[in-house]
Amino acid sequence: MSEKNMEEKVEQATNSKNVSLPMSRVRLIMKSSPDVSCINQDALFLTTKATELFVKHLALSSYKNGSGKETNTLSYSDLANAAEETETFQFLTDILPKKILARDYLKSLEEMKKDDDNL
Amino acid sequence: MAERPEDLNLPNAVITRIIKEALPDGVNVSKEARRAISQAASIFVLYATSCANNFAMKAKRKTLNAGDVMSAVEEMEFERFLQPLREALEAYKKGQKGKKEATEQKRKDKEKQNTDENDKSRDEEEDEQEGENEGEEEDVEN
Repeated sequence: MSEKNMEEKVEQATNSKNVSLPMSRVRLIMKSSPDVSCINQDALFLTTKATELFVKHLALSSYKNGSGKETNTLSYSDLANAAEETETFQFLTDILPKKILARDYLKSLEEMKKDDDNL
Repeated sequence: MAERPEDLNLPNAVITRIIKEALPDGVNVSKEARRAISQAASIFVLYATSCANNFAMKAKRKTLNAGDVMSAVEEMEFERFLQPLREALEAYKKGQKGKKEATEQKRKDKEKQNTDENDKSRDEEEDEQEGENEGEEEDVEN
């Protein structure tokens, strides 16, 4: 990208508001991480901005990948599928588990128990 | 100060707005999906912080800086974010510099105002004293 283009983009960004998410709240979350002592202001800004980009990316990817296009709705299962299928979202599999029917879960529990009894 | 679990979540209204901006017009988002994205965002912050902190510790620094965060984003394989982040940071730093200069200018203006006012009040005091002396001299003559 040429210098002039960079200048223009910076102008645009300066005129619009920098971030929507509250940096104070993001700092709170960051401080809850162990071993973190001080956070530089620029680092806080970048983390906040990156989180916004992440939210957009997660929402859009899940929607594009999911069945929501027919129903025109982004649903939880779209997100859970994205977490399982997309490599960069793998770290979310614990908090976005796929949902299964209760009866299927109970069935699999029973089968596990049967295996244990057979041993 | 006790840390309540809600405090580690990001405000729903803002998250919803960001999601809507990303999706095509008219697409709905279920309540469950919204909550899940909000939680995912908090996890993202923690993951990015932990990753950035590793870079800082490797460099034997106690303060997390911008470079650490950029390295973390790359490490997490979100390279697509790197360029937009660089641009946003430029704009942010420019804005901060402008704000700082504006505050400096305000402070200088205020100082100048105070100095001007002090000079004015000193002049007024001198005038009053001269008036009193003249009065006494007249009495003596009579």
